[in-house]
Amino acid sequence: MELSDIIREENIVYRRTPLMTDNILSYCPGCGHGTTHRLIMEVIEELGIQTQTVGVAPVGCSVLAYDFMDLDWLQAPHGRAPAVATGLKRVMPDKYIFTYQGDGDLAAIGTGETIHSCNRGENITIIFINNGIYGMTGGQMAPTTLPGMVSSTSPYGRDVKTMGNPIKMTELVAQLPGTYFVTRQAVHSPSAVRKAKKAIRKAFENQKLNKGVSFVEIVSSCNSGWRMTPVQANKWMEENMFPFYPLGDIKVDGELVKKEESQKKQQS
Amino acid sequence: MKELRLMKGNEAIAEAAIRAGADAYFGYPITPQSEILEYLMAEKPYDRTGMVVLQAESELAAINMVFGAAAAGRRAITTSSSPGISLFQEGISYIAGAELPCLIVNVVRGGPGLGTIQPSQADYFQATKGGGHGDYHLLVLAPASVQEMCDFVPLGFDLAFKYRNPVLILTDGLIGQMMEKVELFDQIPRATEFDQSWVATGKTPDRQRHIITSLDLDSANMEKHNQDLQVKYKKMKQEIRYEKILCEDAEYLIVAYGSSARISQKTVEIARNKGIKIGMLRPITLYPYPYEVISKLADHVKGILSVELNTGQMVEDVRLAVNGKVKVEHYGRFGGMIHSPEEVLNAFTEIFIKK
Repeated sequence: MELSDIIREENIVYRRTPLMTDNILSYCPGCGHGTTHRLIMEVIEELGIQTQTVGVAPVGCSVLAYDFMDLDWLQAPHGRAPAVATGLKRVMPDKYIFTYQGDGDLAAIGTGETIHSCNRGENITIIFINNGIYGMTGGQMAPTTLPGMVSSTSPYGRDVKTMGNPIKMTELVAQLPGTYFVTRQAVHSPSAVRKAKKAIRKAFENQKLNKGVSFVEIVSSCNSGWRMTPVQANKWMEENMFPFYPLGDIKVDGELVKKEESQKKQQS
Repeated sequence: MKELRLMKGNEAIAEAAIRAGADAYFGYPITPQSEILEYLMAEKPYDRTGMVVLQAESELAAINMVFGAAAAGRRAITTSSSPGISLFQEGISYIAGAELPCLIVNVVRGGPGLGTIQPSQADYFQATKGGGHGDYHLLVLAPASVQEMCDFVPLGFDLAFKYRNPVLILTDGLIGQMMEKVELFDQIPRATEFDQSWVATGKTPDRQRHIITSLDLDSANMEKHNQDLQVKYKKMKQEIRYEKILCEDAEYLIVAYGSSARISQKTVEIARNKGIKIGMLRPITLYPYPYEVISKLADHVKGILSVELNTGQMVEDVRLAVNGKVKVEHYGRFGGMIHSPEEVLNAFTEIFIKK
């Protein structure tokens, strides 16, 4: 049997979106960035909005996000992506504008820009990758690093008495009237990927409604930063990250979701 | 008939921004320039031209909103005063690195730190030598009247787009707050088409995607990028602007810009009434700087005084231009204090006449 006998149109169950470039991903094996990139581009392909979309890249591991997603991009200063996106959206209200940011970018240095763009109800999409660590710079403590978690700048574990507590930005922005859709997802398993894609799709579709920020957190592993194998990292994420950062919708169509409902939906 | 109005310098900037066809203003309140944002909000430019006006949560956010709007090829402007301009520097460095056009106004107040709210020229170095990190320059215009505050806005936009570089209007609280007669230019329509060779407005099938970035991890590429920037800055020399006042028969020269030039012009008048032939050169572009003009003037005078509202910054550029040919000294009050024409003349006499 030849390869061409197998790869036939009627046999295709999965096709790589042509909106991902051919550049080799710079991410570590096991990292959630690659999957999230793909989901975003699949959504943009399905919605047919490539020509109307501009992405804003952060500083951090995904600083080179523009290498992989075939769109017009702007690479923002560290933490300022929501302000840059505000500028883009205000002069091009009909275009789809999204930021793609890590936890250091969005929840530490960019806290002000995040809170205020959400509070103004900018009609943008924010994709927030939370892996609880600074990956690009080599595994330093992040604003979202768990209590007791070891990093290169909390080598004896995060001591919340002196280093502060991890910040739940997603719950925080959900409280603001300017956010319309706030959800926390993951991309570590096939079912999680399907749910995450649905959420990302909704987050982009919402821009047509002009009702405020759509905010999608993706809890991700960073096996390099966590000093684990990809499999260990996924297990550790399920056992430690998810209890602290529970998956599920937090705000849908401008209404806060009750905790029980969100958990029920996530389990189903 | 031309439209004449009595306006504050700050108001002139704001009105000129609307008339210059600006697409967006992003700003944050700070004395002594808050009138700009107030005027724009009151004027409802969205109804007049469709121009966006937004009060940002900080100067950090404001300059990055400008970054976003500029990336879309739009005419974006922001304004602030010294402490706020320091906060802009990160964004300005990125904008300069990414080679985007925008207009920034610094209504300077005395420093360092929170300093004072009174006028100063203490931000000369920051404005003309780069300001933020990395080897870059802004094109710097220094108005000396409310009329120039108005006129330099469309000029600034034109130069910003001509060189795809941020342009800075360096003024101060004196010109920002004082009222003068202004002849307003007619409304310039906002652009409806944008340079498709670089804007980030969504990748269309007829072109490659555009990536607006200041990052290149390949140092050889970054060196090349820096070389290209330097070529651009050299090209900007054709924009050098200055005003010569009574230089033909001058035995001595004052070099001063902005509000200090207005004061020094009176000094020249008083001195001439006393028989001392002083001329004045007023640089209008502070970057690129009129080195050659000053160098030529230095061949015909006995001494040069750089009069600035600071402790001596532009004097270094004057000395570079003069290259030791004649004595060059600095005089100026600072920290928000303003010298009088007589104080300038006294300093001049002390330095150059009394032996």
